[in-house]
Amino acid sequence: MAETAYWEAIQRAHDEEMARDKMVICMGEDIGVAGGTYKATSGLFDKYGEERVIDTPISENSYTGIGIGASMVGMRPVIEIMSINFALLALDTLINAAAKIRYMSGGQLQCPIVLRTPGGTAHQLAAQHSARLARMFMSTSGLRVVTPRGPLDAYGMLKSAIRSNDPVIIIEHEQMYNLREDIPDEEFFRPLEGAEVVHEGTDISLIGYNFSVHLCLEAAKRLEADGISAEVLDLRALKPLDRESIRKTVEKTHHVVIAEEDEAPVGVGAEIISVINEDCFYALDSQPVRVHAADVPVPYNHTLEKAAIPNADDVYHGALKALGKI
Amino acid sequence: MKDADKKRILREMIFYRRFEDRTFEAYMERKIGGFLHLYTGQEAVATGVLEKAVVGQGDKNDYVVTGYRDHVHAIKTGAEPREVMAELYGKETGSSKGRGGSMHIFDASQNFMGGYALVGQPFPLAAGFAMGAKHKGTDQIAICFLGDGANNQGTFHETMNMAKIWNLPVLFVCENNQYAIGTRIERSTAVLDQYKRVCAYDMEASQHDGMDIDIVMEAAEKAIDFVRSGKGPYFLELMTYRYRGHSMSDAKGYRTKEEEAEWEKRDPIKIYSERLIKAGILDKAEIKTWEKEIDDEIENDIIKFSEESPEPKVEDLNKYVLDDNPDPRWIGPLQK
Repeated sequence: MAETAYWEAIQRAHDEEMARDKMVICMGEDIGVAGGTYKATSGLFDKYGEERVIDTPISENSYTGIGIGASMVGMRPVIEIMSINFALLALDTLINAAAKIRYMSGGQLQCPIVLRTPGGTAHQLAAQHSARLARMFMSTSGLRVVTPRGPLDAYGMLKSAIRSNDPVIIIEHEQMYNLREDIPDEEFFRPLEGAEVVHEGTDISLIGYNFSVHLCLEAAKRLEADGISAEVLDLRALKPLDRESIRKTVEKTHHVVIAEEDEAPVGVGAEIISVINEDCFYALDSQPVRVHAADVPVPYNHTLEKAAIPNADDVYHGALKALGKI
Repeated sequence: MKDADKKRILREMIFYRRFEDRTFEAYMERKIGGFLHLYTGQEAVATGVLEKAVVGQGDKNDYVVTGYRDHVHAIKTGAEPREVMAELYGKETGSSKGRGGSMHIFDASQNFMGGYALVGQPFPLAAGFAMGAKHKGTDQIAICFLGDGANNQGTFHETMNMAKIWNLPVLFVCENNQYAIGTRIERSTAVLDQYKRVCAYDMEASQHDGMDIDIVMEAAEKAIDFVRSGKGPYFLELMTYRYRGHSMSDAKGYRTKEEEAEWEKRDPIKIYSERLIKAGILDKAEIKTWEKEIDDEIENDIIKFSEESPEPKVEDLNKYVLDDNPDPRWIGPLQK
């Protein structure tokens, strides 16, 4: 076991997979000579060379498309897009091509690309660097969407994503790259499907994904001090969604809060509540509560930014509301 | 080139024209749905360029990709005509099992990498195929056919730049038919000669008559040799004309009958058949015989196969969305 930062876990997964399989390459802006904005590809350029660690021009749609084309002829490209906001430029090749080619070709071709990108707010990056967009990708047929909450999943899910035959979007988070956790020294894999209970509880379920899992864990601690036992479920994968785990936790606790950093309309929480309605409505003892971002472009001003984005306190109060205590 | 090959190429072009004409009829009979974009008039381009590429040899083929006007490119690359027609009929025996339709013909067994409806999307895909071929060290190249209208997409500029800086083995064939859907090139595009536009990316390029297949083949041979020898990408502009509308729903109100008549004087099949007759390689009677044979093949094999083939099963609706046999080690479920 070694304490490893999130970015180091990603770097290690890249390194091991590139050493194993010559068809694995990585591409993106500043990932090579510069080592990557988040250091997630540091050292790889020197080790594997410019043919396999490809610094791209600032042309998100077409370098993603080139990666997709390469994947259709047997390569395994890992594409980094520096911010999920910039991934909007690549939606044509991602959604109109990568997500649809297997289907449109009647299963003849596949697009096994991995697209890594941080989605979320950091510190006063303002509206054009703070998008989350998880809800948009999770609504697209033909994609897998995963949200590693820490180094263990960041490493293990990237390894799995590189080996899977589907296009996988890995949504990371600017505030998680330095998060540290012990991870095994030996190689391991973490599956691309399945939610995970990361804190057991009996009174209420706090459901999160990506960074909001940490808000749920913090809220659970505070609730514990109040004598309330909260269960925290990390969705891990937004597509396909693990409906079974959602049903199980709701049937166990009968109260639920969904914490999402995305805006609420047509969001992740809306989908989770629909799943609850369809699969276990009668297990509920109270209305589900959504804790979410304000429906505004993310402001620059620090105070306004904080007001726009949910924090652990909001999750805590959401839980009290669900339990009828406020 | 041997006389037999010249005759074969002419016969192929006649076949493609009659194939497209027959899809027109099937569309009018509502046997074919969706959008249907016909290649009539442009036959010399795909036929001539791909004649000089590696096609019809399965996985040894060059990678070929194009837009939605894709039937002829697919067949010349090696797809079975009956499977292409069955795809237009939406049948399970179609080249994409009825999931793609006219605009999305694929034949992975022949490296025909698809027809795409997003104008300009094949540019980066083609560069990706080329990157894969280069990485694997094969001597395959990628060939991307698109119209002049596609050159006003961002993907054109982005991909030309990357194809050049990474020295990718990709041939871009611009089928300049002068119309972006229904907007004439002068009204949509600042630079009319498309080959000049890639000067901005320091790319080799040339412009030729796309109605004369001898000229097309000569130009294509040089361009393909250039790309295959590792010298980098090449942009080949071929001047051509589509006789029918952009798609079946197009009444061609944006151009004159006189203009159409001018281009039809330079019909690729007419030019080439007259040349071969003049050279004494064939006579009109032989062409008549071919036409009968082709019509018979289209009606009694291709259409019959398409009509009689089964529909896809509704219970298979959710197949091919993701890998249908995923490895549980990577996919899960999560061991709890």
